[in-house]
Amino acid sequence: MIELILGKYNYWIYITLMMIGFYAMISKNNLIKKIIGMNIFQTAVFLFYISIGKVSGGTAPIVWDGAVRYENPLPHVLILTAIVVSVSTTAVAFALIIRINRAYGTIEEDRILEINRQGTGE
Amino acid sequence: MIDLVMLFLLVVCALVAIHIKDLLGSAVLLSAYSLIMAVVWTRLNAVDVAFTEASVGAGITTVLLIAAISRTARGEELMPRARHVLPGFVIIVVTAAVLIWGTLDMPDFADPNAPANLHVAPRYIEHSAEETGVINMVTAVLASYRGYDTLGETTVIFTAGLGVILLLRGRKR
Repeated sequence: MIELILGKYNYWIYITLMMIGFYAMISKNNLIKKIIGMNIFQTAVFLFYISIGKVSGGTAPIVWDGAVRYENPLPHVLILTAIVVSVSTTAVAFALIIRINRAYGTIEEDRILEINRQGTGE
Repeated sequence: MIDLVMLFLLVVCALVAIHIKDLLGSAVLLSAYSLIMAVVWTRLNAVDVAFTEASVGAGITTVLLIAAISRTARGEELMPRARHVLPGFVIIVVTAAVLIWGTLDMPDFADPNAPANLHVAPRYIEHSAEETGVINMVTAVLASYRGYDTLGETTVIFTAGLGVILLLRGRKR
């Protein structure tokens, strides 16, 4: 049992972080808060992925004579791409939110739905 | 020990960023979260990822966030309603349980004999320096072996930039 916890507690902390972001995406009313939650979720997933490439006793994957073992470089490459893609999605999301704010005058989800129900929104 | 402290700080930053009503405060906390994340990645020896996160995650995302807040509203007006909170909690508890159940079959943290470290990676570690002449394996894989991937990435950025311009141009209403 102790062995199980010592081997896996890192993963469980990452899952906690993911769920904090996920909760904000589901339950928060404010659209910007939802995107903040999405960012927390994304970054936690990246952390999970990077930690899979961790090798105990490894050094950074740069050729060096004193290295015994290197970390796995492949997750690093994939996550570098993913970070840039996540910023792109965030930028488009904010542009959409600014546009929604222009049309409705609010960024609270409930208000937007209410305006839509009354049929006065765009 | 220091790793545990930083993971704890990450959880605190995330919780407070979600909780407080002032969106600008949330933005600053998200920036701090990204910076601590960069330190955690440095501890995991993912140096290239760490400085990308420090510049792009903590830098550009914060700028975008502040720009969005300055054009909309600074405060969060409505609390999530009770009928949103409970389903949210149920969903995250179930998802977390499934994910934790999944980790039970995973190799331990930092296990050198994990399948993920035995298959493709040794090929890059052993041959990338002589084949590409670049001693940083991450750069070698990113720009040489998976160059098309990086081309696709720039296409994504281009598309995102195009989308932002098309959404935001035009007369103000």
